[in-house]
Amino acid sequence: MKIYATDREGKEIEIEGREGWTIMEMLRDAGLPVAAECGGACACATCQVYVEDGWYEKLTPAADMEVDMLDMALAVQPNSRLSCQLVCSEELDGIKVTLAPE
Amino acid sequence: MSEPIQTDVVIIGAGPAGLFAVFELGLLDLKAHLIDILDRPGGQCTELYPEKPIYDIPALPVVTGQDLVDRLLEQIKPFKPTFHHGEQAAGLTKLPDGRWKLTTNSGKELIAPVIVIAAGAGSFVPKRPPIPGIEAYEGTSVHYAVRKMDAFAGKNVLIAGGGDSALDWTLNLAPIAKSLTLVHHRDGFRAQTHSVNQMRELVAAGKVNFHVASVKALHGQNGQLAAVTLAGHDKKEWQIDAEAFLPFFGLTIKLGPIAEFGIGLHENLIPVDTAKFESEQPGIFGIGDIITYPGKLKLILSSFHEAALMAQAAFHICRPGEKLRFQYTTSSSNLQKKLGVS
Repeated sequence: MKIYATDREGKEIEIEGREGWTIMEMLRDAGLPVAAECGGACACATCQVYVEDGWYEKLTPAADMEVDMLDMALAVQPNSRLSCQLVCSEELDGIKVTLAPE
Repeated sequence: MSEPIQTDVVIIGAGPAGLFAVFELGLLDLKAHLIDILDRPGGQCTELYPEKPIYDIPALPVVTGQDLVDRLLEQIKPFKPTFHHGEQAAGLTKLPDGRWKLTTNSGKELIAPVIVIAAGAGSFVPKRPPIPGIEAYEGTSVHYAVRKMDAFAGKNVLIAGGGDSALDWTLNLAPIAKSLTLVHHRDGFRAQTHSVNQMRELVAAGKVNFHVASVKALHGQNGQLAAVTLAGHDKKEWQIDAEAFLPFFGLTIKLGPIAEFGIGLHENLIPVDTAKFESEQPGIFGIGDIITYPGKLKLILSSFHEAALMAQAAFHICRPGEKLRFQYTTSSSNLQKKLGVS
């Protein structure tokens, strides 16, 4: 599976997805500057991504904990998600995300 | 200014690494002062995940972030460390006698032969919204905390955020402000329900304006804000008067002044050796998430080991010529006396 990630300069890179990893882990593994300060505990809101329309709807909806945590994220949009809460799977093959500003 | 504080070791960062360092240093009779920008000990454990379980602390099958910190505080109690909370390590200079002088952002000075940097990923600082030119207004019109409520009396105040700080200050400032506008990205809040209800009553009574929107641009001059442009999710933009803007999005971690300490940072981490955990500057040690060495793992348990070895090396700097006696807490009455158990 593939993930397409656009960095803060607008450059898109293709990442080979790994089943069971979170998108946050994949982005960091690819060297993208995702702070993810809490290490994936849904406790810091520093791994925010914008999910491209069409893909956003396919995701498991955000749990209350993530919705709450997004209140502490900057520049939240209707298609914002915390990438530590998105787990790679075949259904997400080709998903496109953009890193939110820091 | 008060006299500089003189001690054996100054630890920058009161997270789990810094706290356990107090223990290891204490067993060797070395006194420690800790500096932390937060207002309480615990670092990321208490700031980010106080209620979340940790499963990989040896001999504690499960412990929450807060509980781990509470236990560490109990463990180091016999050594009576001094905490300097709400202070950031701002500058570090070497004195002619070889000791280090650390200056905090409030001007406090601490002198010690050994400095231990246990700063994790850096200092917790307020999250700054990505609005062009916001820096120019910080301190004059843009504030990340309220120090004096009077400063907002009679002003058009804009608050952004959906947590407790945003809601609390909306409720507190609405009665004294000329106008109060709250903006948030959704019509829902993580803040306490009763605060949200009170805010909604004020909105219904016309005393607070609430918009599902974000702040797009700031307008003013010489650091004095006059108006802001808001944008809704439908991209519609409009302008409102605002002389004060309070963004409340919690804290984030920035490396901070450590970057200027001249300790050979590599990708924002301090390279250390794995025998003493000393940086390239003699007497400046590093432990925990802030350091790098071959095989480094950012785990709390690794920082405990690092603290133990650091303390051995720190002893030789603080007590030159003295013989270090290696003892076990189980059998040494000397150590047990220090721990206050015999």
